[in-house]
Amino acid sequence: MSSQTGAVPLLVRDMTVAYQKKPVLRNVNLSVPEGKLIGIIGPNGAGKSTFIKAVQGLIPTASGTAEVYGKPFSQQRRSVGYVPQRESVDWDFPTDALDVVLMGRYGRLGWFRRPGKADRQFALDCLKKVGMADYADRQISQLSGGQQQRVFLARALAQEAQLYFMDEPFAGVDAATERAIIQLLNDLKKQQKTVLVVHHDLQTVDEYFDWVILLNRRVIAAGPVKEIFTAENLQKTYGGRLQVLGTQVLLTNDKTSGEADAT
Amino acid sequence: MNLLLALQDPNTQWVLMGCILLGTSSGILGCFAFLRGRSLVGDALAHAALPGVCMIFLLTGSKSIGLFLIGAGVAGLLASYSITAISRYSRIKEDTSLAIVLSVFFGIGIVLLTFIQHSASGNQSGLDKFLFGQAASLVKSDVVTIMIVASVLIGLTAILFKEFTLLSFDPGFGRGLGYPMGLLDGLLMLMLLMSVVIGLQAVGVVLVAAMLIAPAVTARYWTDKLSRMVVLSGVFGALSGVLGTLISTQQENLPTGPTIVLSATCFFVLSILFSPRRGVLARLFRFFKLRRKVLIEDVQQALYECLEEQAGSSRPGGVYLGIGSAELALKSGKSLSQVKSALAEMVRQKIVAERAKADGSSTWTFTPDGLKNSYLLVLNQRLWDLYHMNQNEYHHVHIDQSQEELAPQLTEEMLEKMLAQLEAYDLTPKLTEGTQAISRLYAREQGGLSL
Repeated sequence: MSSQTGAVPLLVRDMTVAYQKKPVLRNVNLSVPEGKLIGIIGPNGAGKSTFIKAVQGLIPTASGTAEVYGKPFSQQRRSVGYVPQRESVDWDFPTDALDVVLMGRYGRLGWFRRPGKADRQFALDCLKKVGMADYADRQISQLSGGQQQRVFLARALAQEAQLYFMDEPFAGVDAATERAIIQLLNDLKKQQKTVLVVHHDLQTVDEYFDWVILLNRRVIAAGPVKEIFTAENLQKTYGGRLQVLGTQVLLTNDKTSGEADAT
Repeated sequence: MNLLLALQDPNTQWVLMGCILLGTSSGILGCFAFLRGRSLVGDALAHAALPGVCMIFLLTGSKSIGLFLIGAGVAGLLASYSITAISRYSRIKEDTSLAIVLSVFFGIGIVLLTFIQHSASGNQSGLDKFLFGQAASLVKSDVVTIMIVASVLIGLTAILFKEFTLLSFDPGFGRGLGYPMGLLDGLLMLMLLMSVVIGLQAVGVVLVAAMLIAPAVTARYWTDKLSRMVVLSGVFGALSGVLGTLISTQQENLPTGPTIVLSATCFFVLSILFSPRRGVLARLFRFFKLRRKVLIEDVQQALYECLEEQAGSSRPGGVYLGIGSAELALKSGKSLSQVKSALAEMVRQKIVAERAKADGSSTWTFTPDGLKNSYLLVLNQRLWDLYHMNQNEYHHVHIDQSQEELAPQLTEEMLEKMLAQLEAYDLTPKLTEGTQAISRLYAREQGGLSL
């Protein structure tokens, strides 16, 4: 699965999404490199979640195509993993952590087939990777927010994908979970997997990601963090709102000027 | 006696069998409707079925359940399409469009039904039974139809269990996996519709929706696993079907619908009260137990801290240490009666001892075992305080905050560091076995006079 060389993990052409009349995302053209951790950054309502949903065909698009490793998205579903926002499901659902992770196997199982022993073992291994093996039979409403997020990550791991989409995995999680997620992201990167993460915390962008997509209704800029994550580009993305971020602006300013001096 | 006689009647046996399968299939399907947040859809479908049934009767004049199924099915599909269409193409939300469609279809149905009743052949049609259901009016061919449809529904759910689980829990993720969630949702709706239609004659338009929901919510109280919940729900549905049918045979003209629904409600009420984990009584019990435990621990801690102060301030070799209950009430912020009841409980557990003073009042101290116990309690409490105070320092330590005790979760090294920190804050519990003041602490005899 991993040796589909020559083709980029994700290629998006002319994607436009519109709710009602107004376009939420306009004319997105994007090509994403393999084996990178990619942050999708932008202000609230910029269409970050919309973008990863539209790419996966989860919401209707007005125009545009997405290709995964050179083939249309619909033919490559098995090589794509997805971590939706934690709030998108009812956590009082009668199921335990292991069963949720097992859902990640459903794509490979296909219609009518039930998960078997091997699948359960695989799911358990995925739970182990996010440090949740002890909670396998815990009812999901009894997990903390961070633990729920880790269950979602384990479910995505169980998909054994090459390309991952994660919708705000860092939102409202505890420090332990944040560490577990970063560790996991780096493991995925080592395996030459590509991960796109919707992220809202500007402070941690250059620490977590190699690549960044700045988004505000359209793609403002996309590329390696060092080149793209500059005060100028952030200004274009956030506009007046950036002032609110006070110290962060200073930080990025200092850093970019420092780097400019060094080179 | 009467009941036994009724059971021997072959017709009743058929009817019972029909009701068992009916209850099972709607119980099973109801789980998914309930978890998908579609509890009211069954109701809308049932009400929508009435005009369909009436139209079929007006057009063909026959009372075949098969034809009724078609009529009710068409009307139900039309209704569910209207519900989705109204909420999709207008600003009206789904619950509102559901209410509109439900009442409009039911209104049309009632008008048609009245028209049939007043027409020449209508009096004998027995269509009025469709309102509240009359299982006794089922004939063998009806029961066979019901049984076939119910078995198909149960079988389909078994085959598509995994897909329906995905649909109810996380349809967005399911779509990402490549499953056609819209199609599955439609199929589930269609199956709900079929289960409603086969229940129409036995349970009636008005109440058939309860057959879908009541067993499902009842089952939810007994398990946290979907597979078990589905099976339980089927069992509850079958039981309510049997009970309701039997009760309704005992009284002439007692419709089956209400008796079935009331039986289902009985199971529900029993579950909501007595379920061991989610039930009201169990939760109340746990709540009071916890409150009691917290009260006792608070008073115990207050006593410890008061004694700690007293031991620190009084001269060595002074009088015996002891704290009055009023002072404890002040320290712990509880009322005097609460403190007294907590002290009484602690006397029972041999944690504290009362010591009468010369002026007739009495003071409280710990027993040797009680002191050991309290030392650990206070230490644990203060370690937690410290942990919460300096949480940033302890990020790298894996702590389960839901657990009661902190110390066993720490490594030697960490514990030592925290104890040192306690010392620095002057928070180390000072009353231990080795403390100097200890000899003055224990009453010579439990509750006896001091020297």
